[in-house]
Amino acid sequence: MTEPATFLLDGVEIPFAPGQTVIQAALSAGRYIPHLCYHPEFRPHGSCKLCTVKVNGRTAASCTLPAQAGLEVESETEELNSLRRTLVQMLFAEGNHFCPSCEKSGNCVLQALGYDLKVMSAGFRHFFPDRPVDASHPDILLDFNRCVLCELCVRASSEVDGKRVFALSGRGADKHLIVNSASGLLADTDMALTDKAMEVCPVGVILKKRAGFAQPIGARRYDTRPISAQALEDAPRPLGQGHCEACEASE
Amino acid sequence: MTDLASLLERHGCRPEQLLQILIEIQARAQWVSPEAQQQVADALGLPLARVQGVIGFYAFLSDRPWGRYRVLFSDNVTDRMLGSRELLDRLCARLWVERGHVSGDGLVSVDFTSCTGLCDQGPGLLVNGHAIPRLTCERVDRIADLILAQQPLEAWPADLFDIEDNVRRADLLLGHDLALGEILRSVRAATPEAILAEIKKSGLRGRGGAGFATGLKWEACRAAPGAQRYVVCNADEGEPGTFKDRVLLTRQADLVFDGMSVCAWAIGASQGFLYLRGEYRHLLEPLNAALARRRAAGLLGRGFDIEIHLGAGAYVCGEESALIESLEGKRGVPRNRPPYPVTHGYLQRPTVVNNVETFAAAALIAHHGADAYRALGTAKSAGTKLLSVAGDCARPGIYEYPFGVTVRQVLADCHAEDAQAVQISGPSGVCIDASEFDRRIAFEDLPTAGAFTVFGPGRDLFEMARAYTDFFAHESCGFCTPCRVGTAMLKGVMDKIAGGHGAPCDLAEIEKLDKVLHQSAHCGLGHTACNPTLDTLKRFKPTYVRRLKHQDFEPAFDLDGALERARQMTGRDDVGAHLGEETVE
Repeated sequence: MTEPATFLLDGVEIPFAPGQTVIQAALSAGRYIPHLCYHPEFRPHGSCKLCTVKVNGRTAASCTLPAQAGLEVESETEELNSLRRTLVQMLFAEGNHFCPSCEKSGNCVLQALGYDLKVMSAGFRHFFPDRPVDASHPDILLDFNRCVLCELCVRASSEVDGKRVFALSGRGADKHLIVNSASGLLADTDMALTDKAMEVCPVGVILKKRAGFAQPIGARRYDTRPISAQALEDAPRPLGQGHCEACEASE
Repeated sequence: MTDLASLLERHGCRPEQLLQILIEIQARAQWVSPEAQQQVADALGLPLARVQGVIGFYAFLSDRPWGRYRVLFSDNVTDRMLGSRELLDRLCARLWVERGHVSGDGLVSVDFTSCTGLCDQGPGLLVNGHAIPRLTCERVDRIADLILAQQPLEAWPADLFDIEDNVRRADLLLGHDLALGEILRSVRAATPEAILAEIKKSGLRGRGGAGFATGLKWEACRAAPGAQRYVVCNADEGEPGTFKDRVLLTRQADLVFDGMSVCAWAIGASQGFLYLRGEYRHLLEPLNAALARRRAAGLLGRGFDIEIHLGAGAYVCGEESALIESLEGKRGVPRNRPPYPVTHGYLQRPTVVNNVETFAAAALIAHHGADAYRALGTAKSAGTKLLSVAGDCARPGIYEYPFGVTVRQVLADCHAEDAQAVQISGPSGVCIDASEFDRRIAFEDLPTAGAFTVFGPGRDLFEMARAYTDFFAHESCGFCTPCRVGTAMLKGVMDKIAGGHGAPCDLAEIEKLDKVLHQSAHCGLGHTACNPTLDTLKRFKPTYVRRLKHQDFEPAFDLDGALERARQMTGRDDVGAHLGEETVE
């Protein structure tokens, strides 16, 4: 393989393999770009827009932006972090998020992003939507109040579990997660605790029952170190060391 | 339900037909019952939730009964200006039904829907998907009587459904007099390369608003790898205030189909689709008849054919990649780009999507040549443009002008010399005031998809902006955070100001939301959602300022106002029952 092509991220050269997007290359190279709906094991989705960067003067979601040689990408700027703060505020305003009583507190990506991006206020009037929970399943609770519509569970259930338990309905502010059963209840699906869809929710929608607060708040993942430091550990390993499908495919 | 089985059979049980199947079920039963949902899901091999997700996305589909007669009033600002809201109230009163609810006997429901494209003859409504224009008290009463008498829609007097074309000025497109087949004869005598070269030379740019060079789009599609290519005509004319495609498809359908055939010839496509917005359901039979005539005349069916797909009430499907998703029977969510439709369009195959008017123009260019076309318009904007003129003017309708015409000229022609503002290209366009009426309709000055909505001297531009804000919040697909949440927040701010609770911080919030939407929204809907508010804030700020409760500071809500209910209940209105400003620290 010849010398890999590179682009500039905040002035640093980032190598990339053909087919990689900007965020994939950046994370592989050990550079963090804040993100929520992007997950290294799934195809980029491009909906949360937290990973928005500036490329040659124009903004774009870095998870879906194909890496190209010579791009000049800005990410760690006050302008972009201010945008990300606002987007996090919007996600908080749209749902019902009460961190102190949430089982996901400390392990929640939305909360961790809020801390890391230094979101210090609500910013907007909250919507307080009415979103009933689904407690029908014997082992799993669905608390839609916290859903950020990243579709990771939709993708995991369909692409990994092969079950297609989740889908989306409605549109605009009424867009919402639905469950694939005639009753609309999780109990009437074949969802199981071992499903990939159980692991991927970045917030506290999909929870295992009777396992609450096993780990005390304060000692959880993002309580100890910020998400910007830890996200890189989830990312594919650098070029040429296997694991990353895109890289392997190009070799 | 054997009916349903034959319907599914007719659509070949293909998942791409999901939306079309649901539209037919909806038309028959006025809703899609859980049993029907399950049967469709089973037949197409789709999860039930996928079927429900599609029903939930499109405004004209419903998973619960909305009455045997579902009446939807068009809620464009032009309809409101013509008294649509009062007429809706009148109909509700006559039918003894509350807006947004089904009558107790399950007979009827009445609600609003986004602009139905009858702005030149509004107010308009749809009853079970069929358009009725020119509403008056008298016509509304007739409609009420017909519903109460439970007359089947087919038996309603035809004059209720008569839609006028109102062509006020015809030029190249609306004035052409070529015989059926003439264009394709001359096109087939030329090579695809020559046709492509002619389209490029003509400088034709997309008429849907974005203005992308048509020749480049066709060339890119022709060059894209793949055995099967598609031509898609975007007749999802959803921009409030626009109705020129309705008239083109009524009067010049063959010219549009010619244009699609020209494109197919140039790029090597064998299948075409016309995506017709659900609001133009009344055009479906005439258009299918036109297609049948063309097949009989040998103009279609020999290597290229066209199929019509209906939309079901989703403005965002006017965005080309959302339109393709919808054609594939899915929720109309805009795709991530790149890749673009020219390489990865319908079924991930190379696809050209163009506006109705673009195809009509392309047909004439292919026949008359690029030079003749370039002779009209300006150097950067060749040819003519159809304007949908509506609002406060004496002669609303369709005006076809060569590019470069001034706003003032259009206003003079439609008898609206006293206009205070014109919304160009609908809410996603720009609002200009009288000081700008010498500006020109052209890509280099005022680009437009066609809407030209006039606001007379007495109109309140804040209410216009508020109507458009409602529209964007209603039509956001909800895919990306900034648009899903931002358009709802913008609506909240405008409602707050309208309710007399606004403060300067709310004007600042509008600007903040605009910035976020511009920087990060997924598609044009989000990028432009704040335009009407910002434009009017810039040009007509007093209409906002006079509504603000406080000029400097404003608490999150009105404490004293919140006590009003308690005062009513206790019958008190003395000083002690009020909170003064000084006590609200």
